[in-house]
Amino acid sequence: MDLDWTIIVRNWPVLLSGFVNTLKLAVLAIGASFLLGVLAGALRLSRSPYLHYPAVLYIEVIRGVPLIMVIFWFYFLAPILAGRPLDNFTSALIAFIVFEGAYLAEIVRAGIQSVPLGQVQAAISTGLTHRQAMRHVILPQAIRNMIPALVTRFIVLFMDTSLAYIIGYRELTRVARIIAEREFRAFEVYTFIAGVYFVCTYAMSLVAQRLERRLGPA
Amino acid sequence: MTLAGFLGLQYDFRWSVLWESPFGYWLLQGVKNTIILSLIAWVIALILGIALGILRTAPWRVPRAVATAYVEFFRNTPLLVQLFFWYFAVPQILPAGPIRDALNSLNLDTPLLTLNYEFLAALAGLGVYTSARVGETIRAGIQSIPRQQTEAALSSGLSLVQVYRHVLIPVGLRIVIPPMATEFLSIFKNSSLAVTIGFAEITFQTQQVNSYTFKGLEAVTAATLIYLAISLTIAAFMSRMERQYAIPGLIARGATRE
Repeated sequence: MDLDWTIIVRNWPVLLSGFVNTLKLAVLAIGASFLLGVLAGALRLSRSPYLHYPAVLYIEVIRGVPLIMVIFWFYFLAPILAGRPLDNFTSALIAFIVFEGAYLAEIVRAGIQSVPLGQVQAAISTGLTHRQAMRHVILPQAIRNMIPALVTRFIVLFMDTSLAYIIGYRELTRVARIIAEREFRAFEVYTFIAGVYFVCTYAMSLVAQRLERRLGPA
Repeated sequence: MTLAGFLGLQYDFRWSVLWESPFGYWLLQGVKNTIILSLIAWVIALILGIALGILRTAPWRVPRAVATAYVEFFRNTPLLVQLFFWYFAVPQILPAGPIRDALNSLNLDTPLLTLNYEFLAALAGLGVYTSARVGETIRAGIQSIPRQQTEAALSSGLSLVQVYRHVLIPVGLRIVIPPMATEFLSIFKNSSLAVTIGFAEITFQTQQVNSYTFKGLEAVTAATLIYLAISLTIAAFMSRMERQYAIPGLIARGATRE
């Protein structure tokens, strides 16, 4: 067994570009899927069956299938719907938003349900409309309660971006595979990127722990 | 009028690829391989996970540190990278010799499935990754048992090993049934990643159907429905099991809902 770690240094620019692409996909997907999650979570709590049931269907179907399937749907569907091929970044981004939105919706729902009913009644009795009560009273408290679960989910999403590999988006795992095959150095390359992912996710989980301690149970 | 025409799509659906020979047979093979891979990986994850849960709660310093490092590392790196590690990197660091040759050329037809290195790597990847998650769940379960139970068991004359065997493990496992059900569902969904190292599970077979027929959308739809059916079956089974093994006196999971 002879290992040659210099291939990490020699391929540094490519690895860095892969890492930047991973970050780009993760950050955009986290932001957009959070908005979708809030929307779907709120709709699921709606009393109107026309809003409630579509939200339930969306959330439960997505949570019942693997992420790879969702990535493939948009990969095969997007060109048909759009009438032209989409680049693999856009198609991966849409898949991640749709997939992650369903998981975040459940966290949002649990967060909203954790707000005591008295708060809602108090808000309504001061003359706020249902929508205003949601926006100014319930959601700010709910989001505070959800933060630890949200950060955990964002860590999962960050690791899941590696699956964009499968439709050829050049994120960290894809470029690692390219280098490993060209140089016949699978061990060094995969160990290195495992370390990169680990440092990022472990840092995020430390932040989550601190947030949890500081916010405490609301 | 076709469905595609109705929707105004430029796509010619041909659902018959799902049951035409040999594609229907391929998909069935994929279902079988997904189930076998997931179940065996689950057994590995459960055994390793219980061991990790014990080591992380027992008062032995060095084993606890090792178990913690194991759990943190395998939980915090992507499963895909771990699969590549087992499949591409492990053969590279094995010393050249009979073991490596045997692994490389392994291709054994058994009644259940074709035993090859793709299967072994997928099994190792999925089993180890899930074991870290299961270990974390079991640790939380054991730690949620009131300390007095351990103290009472120890003062009644049981040794620490007996306390684990007769009190902490049985009670802890029953407490964590709901999160374990989630992990069990995840292992089926996560097994789809084995497509990337060429193990012939469902996702791999849909890729095969697509590359032979260019009918990827139909194949992916079929696979989606299969995964949904598996998920719903397991969820129904698990919620029955949760009710059956719920510990009386603790807040049941169902009772806290809405």
